Amino acid sequence: MRLVALSRQAKRAGLATGISLADARARIPDLWVEEMDHIADAALLDAVADDCDRVTPIVMADAPDGLTLDITGCDHLFGGEAQLRLGLSRRLRRAGLHTRTVIAGAPDTARALARFGQVAIVPPGAEAAAVRTLPIAALGLAEKDRVAISRAGLKTIGALADRPSQLFASRFGEEMTHRLRRLQGHAPAPLTPRRPIPMLWLERRFAEPIGRSEHVEAALSELAQEACARLGERREGGRLFEACFFRADGAVRRILVETGRPMRDPAIVLRLFRERLDSLADPIDPGFGFDFIRLSLLATETLASLQSSLDGRAAEEDQVADLADRLSTRFGAGRVLRFAPENTHDPARAARAVPVSFNPMTSAVWPAPAQGEPPLRPTQIFDPPQPIHIRLVEVPDGPPRRFSWRKKEFDVRRAEGPERIAPEWWRASDAGSHTIGRDYYRIEDVEGRRFWLFRAGDYTTDASPVWYLHGVFA
Amino acid sequence: MRLERGSSPVADARFSIGSSAIDAVLGGGLVRGALHEVFAEGMAHEPAAAAFAIVLALRASGAKPIVWVRQDFVGLEMGEIYAPGLAELGLSPDRLIMVRARDGPSVLRAGEEAARCPPLGAVLIEPWGNPKTLDLVATRRLALAAARSNLPVLMVRAGGTPTPSAAASRWSVRSAPSCQLSGRQMEADAPGHPCFIADLLRDRAGAAGRGWTVEWNRDRLAFTDIHSTGISGNSAALPGDLVPIAAGGQDHPADANRSGKHRRAG
Repeated sequence: MRLVALSRQAKRAGLATGISLADARARIPDLWVEEMDHIADAALLDAVADDCDRVTPIVMADAPDGLTLDITGCDHLFGGEAQLRLGLSRRLRRAGLHTRTVIAGAPDTARALARFGQVAIVPPGAEAAAVRTLPIAALGLAEKDRVAISRAGLKTIGALADRPSQLFASRFGEEMTHRLRRLQGHAPAPLTPRRPIPMLWLERRFAEPIGRSEHVEAALSELAQEACARLGERREGGRLFEACFFRADGAVRRILVETGRPMRDPAIVLRLFRERLDSLADPIDPGFGFDFIRLSLLATETLASLQSSLDGRAAEEDQVADLADRLSTRFGAGRVLRFAPENTHDPARAARAVPVSFNPMTSAVWPAPAQGEPPLRPTQIFDPPQPIHIRLVEVPDGPPRRFSWRKKEFDVRRAEGPERIAPEWWRASDAGSHTIGRDYYRIEDVEGRRFWLFRAGDYTTDASPVWYLHGVFA
Repeated sequence: MRLERGSSPVADARFSIGSSAIDAVLGGGLVRGALHEVFAEGMAHEPAAAAFAIVLALRASGAKPIVWVRQDFVGLEMGEIYAPGLAELGLSPDRLIMVRARDGPSVLRAGEEAARCPPLGAVLIEPWGNPKTLDLVATRRLALAAARSNLPVLMVRAGGTPTPSAAASRWSVRSAPSCQLSGRQMEADAPGHPCFIADLLRDRAGAAGRGWTVEWNRDRLAFTDIHSTGISGNSAALPGDLVPIAAGGQDHPADANRSGKHRRAG
């Protein structure tokens, strides 16, 4: 067992990561050791990242122990970069976390300086100079490459930067020179935020935490009005709204609301939020109150102008869409569905239930039933099909004359079939099935109940093929 | 809104079921802005009851959207809704919004929310069994919402027993043996068009106690009358006594007054 993380006191006592536990115990007998818990560490990083969301919605996790915040355009809200850095460090220290925070013009520069450097804030344009004294490890290369560079006598980033980059590119690959350029702030670094970057966001900070639900709702209402006004300027409507409630003690709760069409009516947005808050299984607990609330728009679409209310038909369609949104918000998008046709002859796949707001972009249309034909497909279908016991059947390919299902006997009066439906062998899920196809029968029993049965296999190759009930007709 | 659409409230008051025999007894059809209950004669006839409710919704709704709120357990027990089958009853699946509700209270809640949306054509509510929350008050709320929106709310009560309710009509439906198909190429004894035996157990206007055998014709979106009876022994199979609506109406004087002249129903 080896040491992987140390407290400040342990470092001061001369311990370092990587030495074995037996060694460390020999040096300091009353050393306090805990087993490494990666899951708890990840959870802690997640919680800290959530709390940092109050600074900016663009937070990147730098596992296992770092966070990168894009504070472009945010620092003035906190009274400048120095104030922002100080406030954040203080807040985290109050939570019992020691952190090193660096502000720089490029994410890689800040990340490397926080881990290896001494600088707090890098002035704009000075990134290349700031990283010169950092050790090679700041590049984050593979261990063998780092050792190889060290063996060449190059100890610092500055030494590396002074030499022509082609040398390293041919020896260590293009990746290394990219890293170096990103570290120096010369090349743009890709951003991979842990949460989607909102199209638009509005925030409310409170001097005193608010806890009463009517205050929260009032704040949300103001935010919704502002957001909708901004959307109006942009000639857009929101599809996905997210409200983040930041509790004073660091806990964050997010509430998501989706609409089926672009929307910028604050009253409707607020009603959806109220519906959602109302239906939460675990209601939002304000604890000691929220000191910060943000409303973000995660998805927007163009919405030229609000429909005129003179057009009765459009208004009615909107009312139905609003109803679908409210129901989806309350019961979950997976419970408010409509049917989309599929281009397939497999009856189990012919209709897909999709959330109302989801546009499946399918070219398929519902087949029009033939004039005068009785229904050939059931109104309700079992998934999986229900096994039945056959009492009496016309072999080899006739319909059953008597069968039992759910411990009840059914005498068949009318029957039609077989209708052979072959499996779709090109689908992975069907590829393994050995059946050559299913022979479907429409059956009516003496009482008038109508069923859709099928036989898997046939009587010529199988002495007793299995029968299933797949659906019921009206 | 109603005036804009150019139809008078009187014409809107009832919708024709599409069977001349039943419509004649009902006095032109069922009340549009009201709650109607459709029971199945035993769980095995749930598909018939659900289809009968859909067919009523089709008659009432023109081309407007239909919301169908269904408790999960019904789907597990009797099969999930199959859109191509609905198309073969005449309901284009594009018009349907399905709500899957976890339990009885959610069914009622979603149903009431939908019943408050006048642009819909009809609302179908399908709880399982007898939910505790489905009492006289709950049905009255639904009936009231239906009346305000002038929207038929059809409650399919498969696996349930009749309890006091504010429904304007109550049906018991079962599948009936289908009729011989004529002029068809395939086998002579193929199952035909959907046939129902529909017993009118209760009607606010007093037409209860009659039963009909009808066949649904998808192409005409109407019924063909097969047979008509006084209420048969079939309904005796239904457990539970019917309680007149007025029984629970005393503490709602306004409601009682409104329906006062129909008190003989029950």
